[in-house]
Amino acid sequence: MADEIGSPKIRGPKDPVKKGEVVEFKSLIKHPMESGLRKDKATDTLIPAHFIESVVVEYGGKTVLKAVWTGAVSKDPFFSFFVKAEASGPLKMTWKDNKGQAFEASATLTVA
Amino acid sequence: MVMNQNNAVTRRTFFRTAGAVGAAVATSGLLNVPLTLAEEAAAPAVDVDALVAKQMGAGAIAMEKVQLDIPATAENAALVRMPVVIDHPMEANNFIQSVALFIDNNPNPFIAQFDLTPESGKAAIEFRARMAKSSKVRVVAKSNTGKLYGLVKEIQVAAGGCAG
Repeated sequence: MADEIGSPKIRGPKDPVKKGEVVEFKSLIKHPMESGLRKDKATDTLIPAHFIESVVVEYGGKTVLKAVWTGAVSKDPFFSFFVKAEASGPLKMTWKDNKGQAFEASATLTVA
Repeated sequence: MVMNQNNAVTRRTFFRTAGAVGAAVATSGLLNVPLTLAEEAAAPAVDVDALVAKQMGAGAIAMEKVQLDIPATAENAALVRMPVVIDHPMEANNFIQSVALFIDNNPNPFIAQFDLTPESGKAAIEFRARMAKSSKVRVVAKSNTGKLYGLVKEIQVAAGGCAG
């Protein structure tokens, strides 16, 4: 399973944007998002919970978005959101799961 | 379900109405996944109203401004698109600070919460959720001044769908 977790990706606009423009970012990460409520049919035991429970987006030295997720967010979660472009710089996203594992990805926003 | 867009209904009234529709659907046998008696006994109804109040604060929820533009039938229950848009400014002193989603018939109805800021620029997010079975999906948004906006949508899960 371990090799199926991670590969966090985030993508924003490729081209420079104007200051004040509201731009979309799309992210993907590989994660089983096990709710802890699903049974392994072979052994008839519950599969332990293993899901991303927090997501943080930082841009321009500030936290611009925070999310709390549960095991009801789909496997290999896709997540998109918007940010208002103020200055060129990285936009960093951090995912943390309930086992304490953290993943990071960033995208560079260029403000012309 | 028809809601008067101009009136702020109380949270209680709003969910009572929504609940009545859900019950009507259930008793009319339209649901694809009828519960057996044993399953019903094993799954006590969760008080989603209380959950919403706990998560977002108690108060009247205005049934406006929130959009969830998805078909009423989900083909894949394990991957139901949840594109949420709230028609509200995102200015320094007037913004949506929190959006939460609830799926009544999931074992744990609380799905996710997103805390936004004026730097978000636009109160819109999208993710995908698992649905255990056909259910009401509730979206509740809270402004920085504590105003609550909501939307309830019945989503049918296609037969054979598996929550995964």
